Parts: sequence; C-alpha cells; structure tokens
Amino acid sequence: MSQFETVIGLEVHLQLSTKSKIFCSCANQYGCAPNTNVCPVCLGLPGTLPVLNHQALLYGIKVGLALNAEINSFIKFDRKNYYYPDLPKGYQISQFDFPVAKNGYLKIKSGKEEKRIGITRAHLEEDAGKLVHDTSNSCSLADFNRTGTPLIEIVTEPDLRSPQEAYDYLNTLKLTLQYLGVSDCDMEKGSLRCDANVSIRPIGQTSLGTKTELKNMNSFRAVKTALEYEVRRHEQVITAGGKIVQETLLWDDEKAQTQTMRSKEQAHDYRYFPDPDLVPFTIDYKVIDGVRAELPELPQAKFLRFLSQYGLSEYDANILVADHGMADFFEAAVKEYPQGKKIANWLAGPVLMELNNRKAAINELKLTPKDLVTLIAKVEDGVVSNLVGKEVLTFMLDEGKGADDIIKEKGLAQVSDDSALLVIIDEVIAQNPAVVEQIKSGKSNTVGFLVGQAMKRSGGRANPKKLNELITRRITGA
Amino acid sequence: MSISKEDVKYIAALARIDVPEDKLEGFTKSLGGIVQYVEQLQKLDVSNVKPTSHAVPVGNVLRSDVVKPSLISKEALVFKVPLIIE
Ligand SMILES: [Zn+2]
Repeated sequence: MSQFETVIGLEVHLQLSTKSKIFCSCANQYGCAPNTNVCPVCLGLPGTLPVLNHQALLYGIKVGLALNAEINSFIKFDRKNYYYPDLPKGYQISQFDFPVAKNGYLKIKSGKEEKRIGITRAHLEEDAGKLVHDTSNSCSLADFNRTGTPLIEIVTEPDLRSPQEAYDYLNTLKLTLQYLGVSDCDMEKGSLRCDANVSIRPIGQTSLGTKTELKNMNSFRAVKTALEYEVRRHEQVITAGGKIVQETLLWDDEKAQTQTMRSKEQAHDYRYFPDPDLVPFTIDYKVIDGVRAELPELPQAKFLRFLSQYGLSEYDANILVADHGMADFFEAAVKEYPQGKKIANWLAGPVLMELNNRKAAINELKLTPKDLVTLIAKVEDGVVSNLVGKEVLTFMLDEGKGADDIIKEKGLAQVSDDSALLVIIDEVIAQNPAVVEQIKSGKSNTVGFLVGQAMKRSGGRANPKKLNELITRRITGA
Repeated sequence: MSISKEDVKYIAALARIDVPEDKLEGFTKSLGGIVQYVEQLQKLDVSNVKPTSHAVPVGNVLRSDVVKPSLISKEALVFKVPLIIE
C-alpha cells in the first residue's frame, strides 16, 4: 500500500456545435479545405470587431446548469495574451474573472461508491487554429478554419483521487454533455479534449504537493494511462528524496511516457485584461429559467426512472442509459409493446452484440423500434424460439426486412404441427432406449434430454413446449 | 513604482521585441516616465466608484447563430509560419 495520496484535477475543452463561430459568421465546420472558413474577424485583421454568438452563450448556460453550477449574472470576456502561430491575434478571447458558470458539481460512480466532483468553473472561449508541420521545408502551415470555434472549458476542483476516478468522471461528463446535445463530443475530431493536473502528497497531509500538467492525451484510456505513469514517476522521485518540478508534460502514447515540452519552458504570463472589443453581458434570470426549462432528462435521472418505471435491472438500465440513442429507442419500443423488461433484455443482449459486431450506433441500423417489438412478439408467441429469434434479428439487419418476411422467406417458423414433430420424436426414441426406460420408471426429468435431441434434429425450429408434451405422451401414454 | 532594466527586458521578451543592450537605458527611462505619469491616478479617491471593465455603458450585444460567406480565395490560402514543434 502506497503511503501517498493522489490528487487530480481535470480541464476539459469542449467544442460547441453551433452553426457559426463564436465571434464571427464563418461556418463552424470540421473537415473543410484549409482556410476556407475564415474572415477578417477570425484572422484577427486590424479594425475588425468580434460579436458574441447568442447560441454559444445559451449552450454555455446549458452546460453550467447541467453541472449544477451557478450562472453568473454578469459575465465578460478577457484577452489571454500569448504568441503562438496558431493564434493570429496574439491573444485568445477567453473569460477570466467572470466566467459563465462557477461552483458546480458532477456526481460520479466509481466502483460502488458515489462521489461528488466539484466543478470550479466553466468558461467560454475561442479555439485556436491548427498547425501542420512541414519539416522538410522547415516551416509550419497554419489552417485557421478552427480559429474561433466556440469552446467551453470545464475545470474541476482537485477532487479526483485516482486515475480510475478521473476516467469515471470523464465518462460521466461526456455522457451528460452528449445528452445536452451541445457537441458531438468526438475525441478523434478534437471536439472534446482533456488536460490533467496531478500531484501526490503523504496520506494525512492537507496542503497540496507540487503538480505537473499533462497534455496531448487523445482518449480517456490515454488520460488514465498517462496519469498512472505520472503518479508512479512522482512517487519514485519523492521516495528517492528528489523534488517534482512544476511543468507541463506531453504524453507520448506510443512510448507510453511523459515528455517535457520544449517551447513553452518560460513561465506563462498571460496578462489577462478585459477585451475592450466585447461588451459585458448581464444574464437575466428569465434567460436562465428558459434554458433550464429546456434541459433534457440527464443520464442519472433517466437511470433511476428506468429502474422504477419499467422495473429494469441495474445492468440493463446502465447499458440503455449509456447511449442516448439506445435509451430513446427503448422508450419508443415500450410505447409499441409495453414489455419494458423484455425489450431491455433484447437491447442489452442481442441488439448490443449486433451493434458491437457492426461497430454501429443504434440509429445507423436498419431497425425501427416497431421492427424490434414485432420480432420480440414472435418469440413470445412461440412462432420462433429465442435462439432462432436472434438469427432472425441478424437477417433483419443484413437485409433491412421485417421479422415476418424473414421468418417466411427463410422458413424459420417453429414447427408445432404434431405429425411433423412425431416423425422426429420417434427417431429420437428409437435411438435412446436406455433413456426411455428411465422415463418409464418415473424419472421424468430426463425428458429434457430427449427434447434437446429432438430440437437439434429440427434445426432449432421445433416448439420446445410441444416437444415435451408429445415425448411424454408417447413414452408414458399420459 | 519605478521600472528596472530587468522589467524592460521581460516586457520585450513577451512582446517578441529584440532590444539592443545600448538602447536598454533609454527605454527604461521613457517607460518609467510613462508609468509615473499614469501613477497620478493613484491619488484619486475611488472608494465610491464601482469597478468597471468597459468605459461605455453598453451591454448584451449578440449576433444570431447564422452562417455568412467567408473570405473567398481563388487558390487555397496557405499561411506559412516558422517551424515550431513542441
Ligand atoms: Zn470568421
């Protein structure tokens, strides 16, 4: 057991999916040809004036409310000054002392334990451009399409106590943000990025140890691994009598280690000051109430409702809630067929397996809630067995047809016709005389074995209930 | 408050301005003069004045989230900058 306690704080940058940029009318769109979504404002040309995008402000308030934060009734924008070629103005418009939201929290579940992670603040700012390094011509190429993309930065208190907790927080946060519909939260596209601050201290000490800042992690898994690496490094340095230097480190995923940043060695002096180009804002409580009224049901509330309203298991409810599309699909299906538990079993079982195999999201499948409940009803009515039902599902997804058509075309309906089943049963009886004797002498539980054999012969298509009945009657005459 | 040579060097570095050694003395004096001039404001009693970030009382200027055409360039616009790798 380590004699140290880990202390972690996270900063998440989230691109907001507004149509236009935060301070100009250029399209806020990913993947366009370099420098096609640029204008004098986002290029920082002299004499231009930024004007705040109303939607970006509303999204900021929405995120703040979802994180149980106070919305500041007065907010303003400030200039954060630093020179870097991806920042054409030489400063980033951000919020310093009056951010859109402060003092919130997010409840997370880490293992069995529920914990509240404090949110220090959430502020609006503009994203920077992108540099493509051309080492052969010893230059970098700047693409300013991303410059001015609205960002909200969400900063936690140093409340996280392990890399695993940090990982759980990130997943809960991402799910919450996805429910809000303010961003696609796609880490691969850079819509969601995470930096981490980490330090350790002897257990029992209340003051914080020296922290290092980790950047360049491009997945939640990488955040966790980088933090684990860094915690180990801190422990080794301190145990050996050394001191941790406060610095920013880049995570190298391939080498699985952190590296010191070369270019930003000089301590930052951002010289924040109010941006004279942007007027301040007073946020009326009516505006806040309006946004609050439009907040969707958030994941934790939905989870609890699924347990109480439909009697789902925690396992099933978790799987449904973890995917907004899945949860919506579930409720649409329940409207068609009021058997919540059965539908949840199908979604968390066979449907989820199909999704994983196909690496697809539920709304990308050729499957409507109505299609699924038609299939479930076929299984419940004994038209097909549970096992064959799963096959039918695969065919439905491959061919984009309904359960009825597939069952008819492939001849998958259960055989319940006595004469057809009796042919199979007689064969099975003839081949298993010993078992038949056991049943005759009263061991009725061995009937199951013969049912299994007959089922195999029928290619899974026989109605098991019917088989059981017929076999028993055939042997005992009862 | 007076300005030292070190202050001038630091500010110059932040602004990416190369100040030759023989000009340092002169800049230190002129910058010091400017700061002293502004320093007169310290004598004012502002205990009854509310803090403000903007001189003009205008607020809540917003634009609706509508896309308008960006700059049009016939050829793909490329900005070349000195190579910087972290
Ligand atoms: Zn623009």
